[in-house]
Amino acid sequence: MQVLFTLCGLVAVGFVLLITVYLVISGIPAIREIGLFRFLFGKTWAAGQDQYGILPLILTSIYGTAGAIVIGVPIGFFTAVFLAKAAPKWLANLLRPAVSLLAGIPSVVYGLVGMCVLVPALRGWLRLPAGDSLLAAILVLAVMILPSIISLSETALEAVPREYEEASLALGATKLETYFRISAPAAKSGIAAAVVLGIGRAIGEAMAIMMVAGNVANMPALTQSVRFLTTGIAIELNYSQDGSLQRQALFSIGLVLFLFIMLINAFLNLVLKREKEG
Amino acid sequence: MRRRLYEITGRALLYGCAAVTASLLLFFIGYILFRGIGGISWRFLSTAESVINGTVGILPAIKNTVFIIVVSLMVSLPLGVGAAVYLTEYARNRRFVAAIEFASETLAGIPSIIYALVGVIIFCTALKLQKTLLAGSLTLVIMILPTIIRSTQESLKTVPQSYREGALGLGSGKWHMIRTVVLPSSVDGIVTGCILAVGRVVGESAVLMYTAGMSMAMQSFSLDRVAGASGATLTVALYHYAKENADFSVAFSIATILLILTVIINFSASFLGRKLKRS
Amino acid sequence: MKKVLSLVLTAALAISTLAGCSGNQQGGTVNTDGSTSMADVMGALTEAFKAKEPDITVNYSGTGSGSGISGVLDGTCDIGLSSRELKQEEVDQGAVAHVVALDGVAVVVNPKNPVTDLTTQQIADIFTGKITNWSELGGADAPIAVYGREDGSGTRGAFEEIVGVEGECAYTNEYGSTGDVIGNVASNENAIGYASLSAVDSSVTAAKVNGVTPSEATVKDGSYTIQRPFVMVTKDGAALSEAAQAFLDFATSAEAAEYIAAAGAVYPN
Repeated sequence: MQVLFTLCGLVAVGFVLLITVYLVISGIPAIREIGLFRFLFGKTWAAGQDQYGILPLILTSIYGTAGAIVIGVPIGFFTAVFLAKAAPKWLANLLRPAVSLLAGIPSVVYGLVGMCVLVPALRGWLRLPAGDSLLAAILVLAVMILPSIISLSETALEAVPREYEEASLALGATKLETYFRISAPAAKSGIAAAVVLGIGRAIGEAMAIMMVAGNVANMPALTQSVRFLTTGIAIELNYSQDGSLQRQALFSIGLVLFLFIMLINAFLNLVLKREKEG
Repeated sequence: MRRRLYEITGRALLYGCAAVTASLLLFFIGYILFRGIGGISWRFLSTAESVINGTVGILPAIKNTVFIIVVSLMVSLPLGVGAAVYLTEYARNRRFVAAIEFASETLAGIPSIIYALVGVIIFCTALKLQKTLLAGSLTLVIMILPTIIRSTQESLKTVPQSYREGALGLGSGKWHMIRTVVLPSSVDGIVTGCILAVGRVVGESAVLMYTAGMSMAMQSFSLDRVAGASGATLTVALYHYAKENADFSVAFSIATILLILTVIINFSASFLGRKLKRS
Repeated sequence: MKKVLSLVLTAALAISTLAGCSGNQQGGTVNTDGSTSMADVMGALTEAFKAKEPDITVNYSGTGSGSGISGVLDGTCDIGLSSRELKQEEVDQGAVAHVVALDGVAVVVNPKNPVTDLTTQQIADIFTGKITNWSELGGADAPIAVYGREDGSGTRGAFEEIVGVEGECAYTNEYGSTGDVIGNVASNENAIGYASLSAVDSSVTAAKVNGVTPSEATVKDGSYTIQRPFVMVTKDGAALSEAAQAFLDFATSAEAAEYIAAAGAVYPN
């Protein structure tokens, strides 16, 4: 029996190794052929003309994620404080399952609503030729990371020992001062973990932003059509032929994306480890 | 004065942001239901699309979704539970355990488009499965395996050590002990893990679009034909109608169905988790 | 113990049998993949074929022409669908074309747009970004949103080649399918795009090109110049399954003519 269980464990490891090794092996040839510098810092991606520079894709992914964080984190954080500390019980019990519903909704549904509501609205408000843009993608991503930021921050806030808050209140601080100056700092590593997970989710999302970003590999500009690392793979995955330079270049994008995620994971581990030690 | 200002801005931020979130929620759910619910009828749910008659039906997508859930769970459940049992009950080498835990954590964080990339190459092309429901299910196995391993492991860890010692002390073998004592008392974690996995499969679109195809035709699941079956699940069908047909009322109807499924999945995860824990 | 083991083994066995009978021997399933312009034609053909051969399921995935061709060459589908002629390098790799229909590439604008007659030169100037405002063409003072398809699309390939703007287009947005372009032009008054004539409906206006209205008749007699074939692609040397061969025979037979016409494309012979 032990053999069987060991086998299961080995298969699980095998899958990760398979993916990692496969990504690295398949990602390197294109980088070698194109040249690392020209691949990472080339400004033109045009598979038809054999030009594979992913700087616009990298920058779009970074800007898009940063934008989503800038909008989503404050809203998520304050909502979490509200839910954990300030909300009447009945309201919190109503909002909480709704937030977790938001977390479970498939990403294409976000894309659909973005496409039908946000994109035409942006076109009208900003008088753009087309509403599909980095801005639309940022807003959709901000909504998508909101639930995980809210629920993780809330959990962290609720884990803060009651005594801290009681002591602060007894010393004459108002409730709000207690929330922001005592509870939030005490829960800061949990909140930081929530933010990092939000970054991970935003940078890895493909389908929802494929439906609202317009998908031209421009250098990123807020009101222009853009292509992310993820959508860069998604759009050309079907088109590229097995073994072609284009398909290999997609693997190289996958490798870059994978490295980003590993970096984020490592950072998350660092944050969580510091929490344990501190 | 400054303190008053602090109080006012703080309160405004708190209530303002909560209001933004709440209204976003209400708008989002309301808008989907408003645009989608009208298009749902018995015919919509029980037939396949017909171009000649001009009717739309999503029965094939529903069947494909169920098929993919069943096949991917059938493979990943024994594998995942087995791996978790090995990790918590058998493994002696702590480095190896740490390696597997790190691996499954990493797998869980990888964006689904990367799974799609790898699935296309390995299952569709190298193993010659073509773009089929089978290839899609197998790709999803890799994706949901960490979810099942982790939640099983979590609940295995909560089984008190004294249970194990008691069973072993009464003379039962290790496997007998695991089967009769450990697994039954961690069934809640396994079930929750399965439901979470089902949620991920239902919500997944990127992987399936590239590995399982986008056909809206009715598939045959008889044993000799199932290998060639290829088609869209509900999420892929939504994408198909929204992006390829610009038929938004159908897309919103599918979104409504997905919304309802999400409610059911969330509810059963917390309900079953609680109930099994208690008994 | 035995129960669990037998369950695991059964599952493993089931999977291996499933995997074992894949490839080209798939009883009655034909997987086709490719051009989104061919959605209507494929819809009509598969349904008519189903009525004739109820035991065969024909699947159609609309992913784009380039995808269909590379799919059939990689063996990820049985029949590829392309809405442009094959390139020499594709033929060199063993791709074989079977023409099933002809279709125009319509230049589409929003129904509210007064500009409905364009010359090839004007079209080229719009798509390369030399003309950027509708007022330059006698329309409203509004920026032109230039919508196109992604690289690899058969419609894009055919359009850019015939208009003579290959690789020079400055698109505002690139969309992944024919329906997507039409849907977005229909919802944006300032947009121009191109899409399969067979898919054009009343939600958009198909502009005249050099004074010729795009229609099945003008495509057939050749006076509407922006046109291309609908092609089913197979791989030389790779044996088609019986089911796939039957479908291909049906699609290229005279019997298919009425369905192709019903879908808005032109039967080639």
